Amino acid sequence: MPLAETPNVIAALPELFLALIVMVSVVLGVFQKGGANEINVKVFRVVFWLSTISITLTAFLLILYAGERTVTFAGLFLSDTYSVFCKILILTGSVITLVIARQFLERHEMARFEYPIIITIATLGMLMMVSANDLISLNLSLELWSLSLYIIAAIRRDDIRSSESGLKYFVLGALASGLFLYGASLIYGFSGTTNFDELSKIFSASTDAKIGLGIIFGITFIIAGLAFKIAAVPFHMWTPDVYEGAPTPVTAFFAVAPKIAALALLIRVMVGPFGDLWAHWQQIIVFLSIASMLLGAFGAIKQYNIKRLMAYSSIGHIGYALIGLANGNEAGVRAVLIYLAIYLVMNIGCFACILAMRKDDRMVENIESLAGLGKSHPLLAAAMAIFMFSMAGIPPMAGFFGKLYIFLAAIENELYLLAIIGVLTSVVASFYYLRIIRIIYFDDIDEPLDKPIDKEIGIVTTFAGLAVLFFFLYPGYLVTKAATAAASLFSG
Amino acid sequence: MIDALIFYMFACTCVASAVLVITVRNPVHSVLFLILAFFNAAGLFVLLGAEFLAMILVVVYVGAVAVLFMFVVMMLDINFVQLRQGFLEYLPIGGLVGLILLVELITVLGSWVVKPISGTNDTLHTMGSISNTHALGHLIYTHYVYLFQASGIILLVAMIGAIVLTHRNREGVKRQTINDQLRRNPSNSVELRKVEPGKGI
Repeated sequence: MPLAETPNVIAALPELFLALIVMVSVVLGVFQKGGANEINVKVFRVVFWLSTISITLTAFLLILYAGERTVTFAGLFLSDTYSVFCKILILTGSVITLVIARQFLERHEMARFEYPIIITIATLGMLMMVSANDLISLNLSLELWSLSLYIIAAIRRDDIRSSESGLKYFVLGALASGLFLYGASLIYGFSGTTNFDELSKIFSASTDAKIGLGIIFGITFIIAGLAFKIAAVPFHMWTPDVYEGAPTPVTAFFAVAPKIAALALLIRVMVGPFGDLWAHWQQIIVFLSIASMLLGAFGAIKQYNIKRLMAYSSIGHIGYALIGLANGNEAGVRAVLIYLAIYLVMNIGCFACILAMRKDDRMVENIESLAGLGKSHPLLAAAMAIFMFSMAGIPPMAGFFGKLYIFLAAIENELYLLAIIGVLTSVVASFYYLRIIRIIYFDDIDEPLDKPIDKEIGIVTTFAGLAVLFFFLYPGYLVTKAATAAASLFSG
Repeated sequence: MIDALIFYMFACTCVASAVLVITVRNPVHSVLFLILAFFNAAGLFVLLGAEFLAMILVVVYVGAVAVLFMFVVMMLDINFVQLRQGFLEYLPIGGLVGLILLVELITVLGSWVVKPISGTNDTLHTMGSISNTHALGHLIYTHYVYLFQASGIILLVAMIGAIVLTHRNREGVKRQTINDQLRRNPSNSVELRKVEPGKGI
C-alpha cells in the first residue's frame, strides 16, 4: 500500500515545534523528584526557561519561514502574512508576561513547573486559532486555548478567589463554546462545508435573497461565542471577576495575548468566509462595539481595585478595536492591527507596574496604595504615568495613534456614530486613567511600596515605556507591517 | 432469507435482553443482559455492513461495561451469600445466555465467511472496494491528521489540568520502596530474644 502524501508541514513548523516542546517539558517536569519546595522551584526554573526560550525561538522560526499564503493539512491550516503578524504579537505577549511572572510565582509558592507548560499550551492554542482555516480546526484550537486558560485561572487552588474565578470562567466559557458550536453546526448544515475558502466561495456567489435565515443565525451565534472570548459587552460579565480573582501574573497574561488572539480570530472569521455578508453582521459588531466602549468607560469609574479597573479598561479597548472590524475593509483591519500592537505594549507595561505593587512582600491591588509612588519610585511612577496617558489616548503617546487610525478608518467609511461615541467615551475613560496619575503624584504617602522592584519588571517597564513614549518618531514600520498583513487577509 | 432470519434473531434477542436489563431484580444479571444487548446490536451493525461500528461497540461498550460490572459489584451492597444460594437455580439462565452468545458469534463469523458483504442494503457500500474501517482510518489519520493531533493535545491539557488542580502530596502515606525492601536483611529486622519459660517479654 502506498504511503499517504505528507502534508506541507513547513507552514505549521512553529506550532509543531511548540507542541514538541510542551511534551518534552511535561516529561522533564514529571520525572523530577518533587517534594521539598526548593526542589520544586529548581524544576520550575528549568521548565520555565525552557518554555521562555522555546516561545522566543518559535517567533524566530515564524519569521524565518514566513512566506506566501500556504494552505496545508487538507485545507485545515492556513499561514499568511496576517497570521504571522498576529502570531508575533501573541508570542511577544506570552513570553513577556511569562518572564515578568517568575519572581512573583516563586515568592508566592506558586512555582510549579505546570505553570509555564500551561502558558505554552495556551500559546500553542492561540497560534493554531489564528491559523485556522476551517470551523473544525477553529473549534479545536479554541478549546485548547480556553481549557488552558481555565486551568491557569484556578492555578492557586488553595485561594478561594482564584478557584472561584477559574470556575466562573469555566462555566461561562463552556456556555460560550456551546453557542459557538451551535452556530458552526448551523453554518455547516446550511452551506454543506466547514472550510473557510469554500464558505467564502459560496457566499460570494450567492445573492442576498439566497442567504437563508439559518446562515444569519449561525453567524450570530458564532459572533456571540467569540465575543465572549474577547469579552465584548454583553458577553463581558466574567471579565472583572476573573481578572480580580486570578493571580496577577495570570491576569497580565489574560489581558494581553488571549485578547489579541481572539480578536484576530474574530477578524479572520468575519472577513474571511463571511466577508461577503458584511451587510448582515456589521450591525452586530457595531452594537458590540458601542456597548463595550460605553461600559468600559463608565464601569471603571467606581472601581478601586486596579485589576478590576484594568478589566473594564480592556473591555473598552476591545470596543475601540471592534470599530475597525465594523468597517469590514482593509483600512479598518489595518487600524485594528496597529491598535492591537500598541495595546499589547501598553498593557504589558501596565501589568508589569501592577506586579511591582508590593507592600511587605504582599501584593496590594487597591489603587489608593499607589499614593506617593512619584516620590518613592520616580521611575516606576513615570512609566505608569506614560502607560496611563497612552491608554487614555493623549498625544504624543502610542495609544493616541492607535485610536487615531481607528477613528480615521471609521470616518472614511462614514461610520460617524461609532467615531463620535469612541471619542466621547475616551474622554470619559481618561477620567479614571488620570485619577491614577493624580494618586501617584499628588497624594500623600502613607506607606511606600517595597523596594527594589524585580529586575525583569524593571527592564520590561523601561522598554515598554520608551516604546510607548517614542512611538510617534517612527510609526512607519508598524503601519507598513499592519498594512501588508491586512492586505493579505483581503487578497486570500 | 437467511439474512432476514439472522436479522430477526439479533433484533429479537436485542429487544428481549434490553427489556430484561430493566426488569430483572439482580443488578449483576442486569449488567449481563446489557452485555448481551450490546453483542446483538453489534450483530445488527455487521448486517448493515458497518463492521467498524460493530467492533467499536464490542470493544468499547462491552469493555467498559465489564468495568461497570466491577463497580456495581464493589459499590452496591449485594448479599453474595444470598446470591450464591441460588447459584444452581440461575445456572440454566446463565448457561442459556452463554449459549445464545456462542451461537450468535458463530453465525456472525459463519455468515461473514459465506457472504462477505452481507446485509440487504447494498447501497451503503459506496466506497467500492475500501472497507469502512479503511475509509475511517484514512479520514482520521490522514485527511484529518491535524485535528487528530490537536484533539490529542486537548486531552493532554485536560489531564495536566486535572492533576494540577487536584493532586496533592499527602503526608504520612505509606509507599512501597523496593530499594528499602531489598536492603532489609535478618540482622537489622529480626531480633532474637531468649524467652524464659513461663514468662513474657
